[in-house]
Amino acid sequence: MPANALANGVRRVGAGTLRAISRAGFAARFFVSVLLHSPSAFRRLQLTAREIYFSGVLSLVVIMVSGLFVGMVLGLQGYDALNKYGAGDSLGIFVGLSLVRELGPVVAGLLFASRAGSAVTAEIGLMKTTEQLSAMEMMAVDPLARIVAPRFWGGVISMPLLAALFSVMGVFGAYLVGVRLIGVDNGTFWGNMQAGIEFWPDVTNGIIKSVVFGIAVSLIAVFEGYDAKPTAEGVSAATTRTVVGGSLAILALDFILTVFMFRGLGNV
Amino acid sequence: MPTAASPAAAVPDAIELTDVTFGYDRRRPVLTGINLTIPRGRVVAIMGGSGCGKTTILRLIGGQLKPQAGVVRVGGRSVADMSRDDLFRLRRKIGMLFQFGALFTDMTVFENVAFPMREHTDLPDPLIRDLVLMKLHAVGLRGAAQFKPSELSGGMARRVALARAVALDPMLVMYDEPFAGLDPISLGVVGQLIRKLNDALGITSVVVTHDVYESLKIVDYLYFVSEGRIVAQGTPDEVHHSADPFVRQFVDGESDGPVPFHYPARPYAEELAASAG
Repeated sequence: MPANALANGVRRVGAGTLRAISRAGFAARFFVSVLLHSPSAFRRLQLTAREIYFSGVLSLVVIMVSGLFVGMVLGLQGYDALNKYGAGDSLGIFVGLSLVRELGPVVAGLLFASRAGSAVTAEIGLMKTTEQLSAMEMMAVDPLARIVAPRFWGGVISMPLLAALFSVMGVFGAYLVGVRLIGVDNGTFWGNMQAGIEFWPDVTNGIIKSVVFGIAVSLIAVFEGYDAKPTAEGVSAATTRTVVGGSLAILALDFILTVFMFRGLGNV
Repeated sequence: MPTAASPAAAVPDAIELTDVTFGYDRRRPVLTGINLTIPRGRVVAIMGGSGCGKTTILRLIGGQLKPQAGVVRVGGRSVADMSRDDLFRLRRKIGMLFQFGALFTDMTVFENVAFPMREHTDLPDPLIRDLVLMKLHAVGLRGAAQFKPSELSGGMARRVALARAVALDPMLVMYDEPFAGLDPISLGVVGQLIRKLNDALGITSVVVTHDVYESLKIVDYLYFVSEGRIVAQGTPDEVHHSADPFVRQFVDGESDGPVPFHYPARPYAEELAASAG
């Protein structure tokens, strides 16, 4: 029955679209609720500090090691490419700009979504599955204020710091490879970097990106956990959605932000 | 449940459900026309098989769900009509024991019991410490104060959750399947704790359970729920001597009766023949 199959297909697409719109609406309302409950997260700073520890401090190892290796690879590849045009001395500025403008916020964001975002989703999802959120509600304590808002802000505060640390480790990795291993002049490496990278717009644009990525990943993580089906399968699916959705959001937002930032500079 | 006469008659019942209907969607009601009264100071059981809507009744009383029709009153006030602040004020006077305890897994036993006190009072830490130890002593687990929930047995977790449920000296405590999955000793301990706490603190207790024998030992009155309706009710004595087929099936644990063993399906022979053909 091709007519029936077609009708079913249309129905499925329609139902899927309605579900997606309704979920987006719910996510938007959820975001507003989190913001409205945020003052309590800051009134009780120890709750947010605890989440900064779990999302930020415990992500330090993966961020620093990854930053170091990415920087070392950039040093090798960058020197190889630049040297073909006799510009090997520009390694410092090449590495610095790549890390501060793009790789720092983006790669740190992707790692943050995998390491901290997934943990937040799984934790909130499991709290829902084991009725801890319901228990809290029945004790007249709002889980949005006590559980969700501190985790959201813990992520938002941690993310730019992690991205900055990633860039620092990346520059250090490139220095190890470029200066210590290959033999680029130490003064030229740092001098070029210092001369070629401006605080405004290079560093500030990187900071803006990492803050936006922090908001996006943290919101997706807390939302997916809160909205997870209260089953083992549901929590697993929610955790996957956080990593996939968070990573895609970072990449898409990076493109959009880069377009606006370069347009602002008159480069596009 | 019949309310006691004279002075108590002037005081509203702790809980009153009038013609309450509820469903997660309009097509499949979970509860239909529920009428139920729980006077103050009593232990009342709501019994029925799995999935009959018992826990939904607790969620309606706690204001986590709103009825599609009818009224749920707690202390004489309609829960559905309360503002969010009023609802939260009411919940501070209600303790709830969840089926598997719902203890906060990132906190110790001590911190779990202290949680409602820290959230809702400005009591100094030394006083909170003493109160928590008193509550834990009442459930026999003062010695487990520094354990994490993952280190507790099912029965111990249930007792800690009970201590947490009465942490703020509530007027009403709701128990969701307090006996599920417990060994016989823990079963007796939890049952006796429910009764003793009710009498010692002068609270009202609602016990949702399918454990008929344990309930008959401790409750003042029972409601039987099946397919979203109240099908029988009575005191433990009346239940023991009841000739009602549903009550008999439930008390005697018969696999078939008013509650059928088989989920509705096509005739067996017809289905087998269809797969053979």
